[in-house]
Amino acid sequence: MSGISVAVGDIVAEHTQHITRDSLVRYAGASGDFNPIHYRDDIAESVGLPGVLAHGMLTMGLAVQPVVDWLGTRGWVSDYQVRFTRPVVVDPAEGATLTIIAKVGAVDDAGLRIDLTVSFNDATVLGKAQVRVTLS
Amino acid sequence: MPVNPELQGRAFPPVAPYLVGREKVREFARAVFATSPLSTDPDAAIAAGYPDVVAPPTFPVVVQEATLAQLLAEPDAGIDFSRVVHGDQRFTYSRPVVAGDELTATLAVTSIKTLGGNSMVTAESTMVDAAGEHVVTAISTLVVRGDDA
Repeated sequence: MSGISVAVGDIVAEHTQHITRDSLVRYAGASGDFNPIHYRDDIAESVGLPGVLAHGMLTMGLAVQPVVDWLGTRGWVSDYQVRFTRPVVVDPAEGATLTIIAKVGAVDDAGLRIDLTVSFNDATVLGKAQVRVTLS
Repeated sequence: MPVNPELQGRAFPPVAPYLVGREKVREFARAVFATSPLSTDPDAAIAAGYPDVVAPPTFPVVVQEATLAQLLAEPDAGIDFSRVVHGDQRFTYSRPVVAGDELTATLAVTSIKTLGGNSMVTAESTMVDAAGEHVVTAISTLVVRGDDA
């Protein structure tokens, strides 16, 4: 079996991830999402945004990585969902820092549910961020 | 123009197959700050029982892109891209995506709801491999802001 022994409420990973405008450009290229609100201040402002935003899918993508690293080869992510509740504004000089806390939400025969709390400036940016893990 | 409610239940033709490349997986892994050797080192992936590097969990968004473009291009959809905000996203897997997979995605609009002048469009992109076996379904809810919102 997987060798994973956890209980509901256990924190399995905590991580701080700093991102910059460079991260957004890199993600745009890798994902193919070239919406200019993710790299042009003038366009972001023209549509009423407080500044250039991180791609929601970048936040979603990086938020699950602490779980992937914790799992290693002991299991795999078989379902992952989030709700985008608050934008992450990425300052051109300072960037933005996200904190991720991954906690066991449920344990059953099929595997685990890990609940993510992802925060920026002390407010959560993802809602109902749930990772379903199938154990190897 | 509001989103056309008749889109609900509409099925679309499959998009051209997407061949998952090892370097694309590595590029995407770097972009989402993935550090697992399973996504970057073929030897590590093979040792863990995979045929090649394993794509990070959100990788199928790259494949989903072409299906969402189909939706936005639908002449009667009434979806103004500049008013679209990403509401929810989900990936439901039968197995991990690995380099070498040839994924064919098919879009279906499963739900359209109107809430306070905004429309919520739920689009599912079902991806199968070259053998026709299900690999992953990517589900997006797009919020289309109304004219006054």
